[in-house]
Amino acid sequence: MSRTLFTFKGGVHPPEHKTESNTQPIHSAPLPRHLVIPLSQHIGNPAKPVVNVGDLVRKGQMIAAADGYISAAVHASSSGTVTAIDMQAVPHISGLHDLCITLETDGRDEWIERTPLDYLAMAPTELRMQLRDMGLAGLGGAVFPSAVKLDPGAAHLCPTLIINGGECEPWITCDDLLMRHHAADILQGVAVMRHLLGSTEILVGIEDNKPEAIAAMQAAAARMDFAVEIVPVPAHYPGGGAKQMIQVLTGKEVPSGKLSTDIGIQVFNVGTAHALARAVHHGEPLISRLVTVTGHVQRPQNFEVLIGTPMRTLITLAGERDGTTGVLMGGPMMGVPMPSLDVPVVKATNCVLVKSAELFPPLPRAMPCIRCTRCADACPAELQPQELFRFAKAGDFGRAQEYHLFDCIECGCCSYVCPSHIPLVDYYRYAKSEIWAREKEKRASDLARERHEFRQFRIEREKKEKAEKLAAKAQAKRTELSAAPAENAATSEADAKKALIAAAMARAQARKAEAAPKNTDNVSPETQREIEEIEARRAKIRELARKPLEPKEKN
Amino acid sequence: MLAALLVMVGIAVVIGLVLGWSAIRLKVEGNPLAEKIDAILPQTQCGQCGFPGCRPYAEAIAKGEADINQCPPGGEEGMKKLADLLGVDPKPLDESHGTPKPKSVAFIDEQTCIGCTLCIQACPVDAISGAAKQMHTIIAAECTGCELCVPPCPVDCISMVPIAEDLPHWKWKHPVIMMKRVA
Repeated sequence: MSRTLFTFKGGVHPPEHKTESNTQPIHSAPLPRHLVIPLSQHIGNPAKPVVNVGDLVRKGQMIAAADGYISAAVHASSSGTVTAIDMQAVPHISGLHDLCITLETDGRDEWIERTPLDYLAMAPTELRMQLRDMGLAGLGGAVFPSAVKLDPGAAHLCPTLIINGGECEPWITCDDLLMRHHAADILQGVAVMRHLLGSTEILVGIEDNKPEAIAAMQAAAARMDFAVEIVPVPAHYPGGGAKQMIQVLTGKEVPSGKLSTDIGIQVFNVGTAHALARAVHHGEPLISRLVTVTGHVQRPQNFEVLIGTPMRTLITLAGERDGTTGVLMGGPMMGVPMPSLDVPVVKATNCVLVKSAELFPPLPRAMPCIRCTRCADACPAELQPQELFRFAKAGDFGRAQEYHLFDCIECGCCSYVCPSHIPLVDYYRYAKSEIWAREKEKRASDLARERHEFRQFRIEREKKEKAEKLAAKAQAKRTELSAAPAENAATSEADAKKALIAAAMARAQARKAEAAPKNTDNVSPETQREIEEIEARRAKIRELARKPLEPKEKN
Repeated sequence: MLAALLVMVGIAVVIGLVLGWSAIRLKVEGNPLAEKIDAILPQTQCGQCGFPGCRPYAEAIAKGEADINQCPPGGEEGMKKLADLLGVDPKPLDESHGTPKPKSVAFIDEQTCIGCTLCIQACPVDAISGAAKQMHTIIAAECTGCELCVPPCPVDCISMVPIAEDLPHWKWKHPVIMMKRVA
């Protein structure tokens, strides 16, 4: 069966460099001594630690729970002792630290009790919460919590489910190897997705530079009890982008500012489907993933890596070489440089790409933009990168947004074709983060205005209430006085005031008399003397307190 | 001649009446310009401009009684936005009203706090929780960093802590690229 395929505009054909790593079998990376597991590996709220320092944990045990709907739990990747819950270096370009749980592994790699989920018998909500607690997040790169994506909602239906095996980025082969070796598992995961989303059409898009993966997936699909169409798509960067994959397979375009679910399509990466199958059929939370280690290393290959393993361990395993100029997490087009090699592998780490001057020569100096619009021809999102660059550079973020900056998928095609070698994507990332920061500031200042206005209102209200209370009290007194003796009724207002004062004074007198200490009456002469002594001492202290302090002597 | 004069006077009277009626009927509540200015101001409510809050300053600018360069927390950018809105030339910030500082939040040393409530009364956004003779603490998410709570404290237990850069607050920097070969 052949399917009519569509194309997307733009895109580039960078050298693939896939054979370096996809000709080797998958090896398991050895258990490291320490695992550093970040709590914010997914999009959304960071997970909350549920263990304490010193606790013994087993492999697969939840060590941090999901916090809120858009979040995912984090699990111990092996058995051992929690040695620290603190700020550690994480794989982020800034080099900033984030909250992590450090495990000292005991080498036994002892699992918790694993119970497969009977997903067909479970209520969808319950199943989604289970998946969130098993730490499932998209392994294609965005690490969005899968449980959220598996909720079709009341209004949305997802008749089409697309499994993305595109892997268009050069050098990376982890999805390729996963499809070759675990095709059946991936489709088991797809069955769960299909069940949750109610999809009727299931398409697996795989770029045609992975014939072995296509063959393996086709063989596995033939054994499934539901229809899965394995569709080879032309290798064309960024054909593995979710929106591009949708366009190639269905011809539909996701409208600007909308989600693919708005047009009835949901997309998952093959790695996510595999992790889902492990979770549902084996009761294993997401604690490991396939990572391609390639580039300037002696033995480029794919490793099955426990989350939290330091990247340095992987590079040593693959054979470190002299002349390393840096390490990227991800591929050469979208990857981000790592501040150090001590950062751990996280759920988002699909590739550790070691750079050298020969493989990745430093870019020539950037020249001014000549507005040749080659970037516009290459842009798969059909934007005007040269205009976005101009606005981002000038800090005119409002205009950048008008030119649909937020439809940019940061694929890097524009920077790739730019004859002036301008790091265009860096400008877009800068503009996006500035806009987000401004929005945050705006929200904070709106809150401050609201709170300030409420405070003004509250102060006014309190003042008014106090004045009203006093007025009411005075009024009550006046009526009481005027109602009392009849002879006072005729007297003038001045007399009334006088009477009021006299009454108040009499009241004060009475209160004073009442409050006078009674225990000093009828005391024995001895006690009286003691009292007098104390009074004298008090008077002396009062006298002393009134005098200014003498300056202290200088030593 | 007289007829023409009467017609003109008549038109003038009618138009005058319509205008007068619409001025009363279609009166806009509040000052729309002040609203727009207030939206630009940072809402720290710090009073460094010499007015008791952002709103009074906005009203003063709208009336032409205050200059646009008296708001240090708004900084250069805020001043430029005001200049844009009002169609006047930007001017450097008036240093007599203070200089821009990195964004901070107040921090109460709870060991030293005596629970006098003076800072609570000073806080323009009710961002301090506490009661008489009870320890006070800052609600950091609502603190605007105005520093108004610092001077009233009798035991000097309030300090301003600059907001440290962490991952949720991290921003991509403006790319530094060499456009020209440096000789």
